[in-house]
Amino acid sequence: MNDKPINNKAWFFVLPVLIIVLFSALLPLMTVVNYSVQDTIGQNSFFWNGAAWFRELLDPTTDLGDRFSGALQRNLLFSFIILIIEVPLGIGVSLCMPRSGWKVGPTLVVMALPLLIPWNVVGTIWQTFCRLDIGLFGATLVNLGFPYNYIADAGSAWFTIILVDVWHWTSLVALLCFAGLNAIPNAYYQAARIDGASRASIFFNIELPKLRRVLVIAILLRFMDSFMIYTEPFVVSGGGPGNATTFISVDLVKIALGEFDLGRAAALSLVYNIIILAVCWLFFTVTTHLEQREFRAS
Amino acid sequence: MKHLNARNIGLGLYLFGLILPIYWLINMSFKTNVEITSGLTLWPHEPILANYGKIFNDPSWYLGYVHSITYVLINMVISIVVALPAAYAFSRYRFLGDKHLFFWLLSNRMAPAAVYALPFFNLYSSVGLFDTPWAVALAHCLFNVPLAVWILEGFISGVPREIDETAQIDGYSFPRFFVKIFVPLIANGIGVAAFFCFMFSWVELLLARTLTATDAKPITSIMTRTVSASGVDWGLLAAAGVLCMIPGAIVIWFVRNHIAKGFALGRV
Repeated sequence: MNDKPINNKAWFFVLPVLIIVLFSALLPLMTVVNYSVQDTIGQNSFFWNGAAWFRELLDPTTDLGDRFSGALQRNLLFSFIILIIEVPLGIGVSLCMPRSGWKVGPTLVVMALPLLIPWNVVGTIWQTFCRLDIGLFGATLVNLGFPYNYIADAGSAWFTIILVDVWHWTSLVALLCFAGLNAIPNAYYQAARIDGASRASIFFNIELPKLRRVLVIAILLRFMDSFMIYTEPFVVSGGGPGNATTFISVDLVKIALGEFDLGRAAALSLVYNIIILAVCWLFFTVTTHLEQREFRAS
Repeated sequence: MKHLNARNIGLGLYLFGLILPIYWLINMSFKTNVEITSGLTLWPHEPILANYGKIFNDPSWYLGYVHSITYVLINMVISIVVALPAAYAFSRYRFLGDKHLFFWLLSNRMAPAAVYALPFFNLYSSVGLFDTPWAVALAHCLFNVPLAVWILEGFISGVPREIDETAQIDGYSFPRFFVKIFVPLIANGIGVAAFFCFMFSWVELLLARTLTATDAKPITSIMTRTVSASGVDWGLLAAAGVLCMIPGAIVIWFVRNHIAKGFALGRV
């Protein structure tokens, strides 16, 4: 890593990326910052509002603050639940996948299929699958006597959205782990067999340590994407019943594009962005430190 | 042997669970609305093609697919072309602020699209790109360019630096070396990066919906039309959904041998 030559002319190679990201990320972000400190009385007349929107947002006694803290808690709970389900399940599935032979291709294709379905089509698929009248899953559950109704019952709505996410994204974790498992040299397994290691100790001493790098990527990607979840709750439950499945993104779009309340939406955007950045930065720093320590130890 | 069977059964159940909801949609797309609403049938008893016929005969429907594929392809080309030199720079050199720049780039991949929806709308309206495929393609660069840089950097770092040096000694100019020797060497990486750009641009709805009105409306937002005052046209909705899955399925089939390495972003 450290033997790379120093060459500041490399900036010219990065320039095209910088220009495009400045245009498609920094410029819009500045607009958001601009909105977040101003108030409008319509007709494009803006005046300075200071940090009032931020104070309102972070104070749970106000209406906006209450909405935000509720949505934030739901988001965190949701991310926590799906990580707890998807990571072990993904590892399990990857251990079951065939490593060679004709089955590999079709298995990979079927597993990757949910990842390439447009998100609102995912919503449509599950809407038609879970409806009580025309959906196979919903009708079956009701016939078996479960009180399932994802439109009227908050518990069912949560169950449905978690199920959708597990269906949609577990394959990503599994494919990452599959790539990690394939990179383990066969000699490791042979040595373990000679030593008479059990299946469990092979998993914990050989496979799991080798999977750590890909698991970091998987957890990071799944946390980010589940924290930003928008389309599935929007299409499946519309944020309801009540606001039981209103996550931050759903609420943000409601405030920004529905109510056109620019100042509040912008303040919410920035705080939302900063939370995600902070978590990712923490994660990034911790893992690179661990890697460096490992590098020095070896 | 018993052990192997348990693995196969577990995997089989998982794959069955993945396919079942998709099958239900395909099943519905061949049914009449009367059959859909009158009861559950596990396969279409009177299979019809009318739902698909309606989509292929109505320009306001099938143009949606053309729009979607147009902006996905534009985005793919832009992302790869600008990401290649940057990934090379990150992989081969150290320069002032490189680590910070890399994290800042990645942080854009983490930014929620909902934050950008409104500013994008204002920005692209003011430069006259609103309701064109270019607006959506450029907007999707927000998350696809950083991702492409990340993936390509991983693949480029796998190519030994001696190759660069040998080419230089052999008298290749840098642009010629890059296009003639280097790009073919990392063709797999470019394929994987292109696949990911395709994937994330194809599945995204929020920005694509916000930045288009009529002329560039993607199929995913046209689909909402099936909900009308008289109820939902379930058969038509299902047919449109099935057609949305086909491009993805085709693309996966082509990259299936690289998919596992690709998902690890070349970093295993």
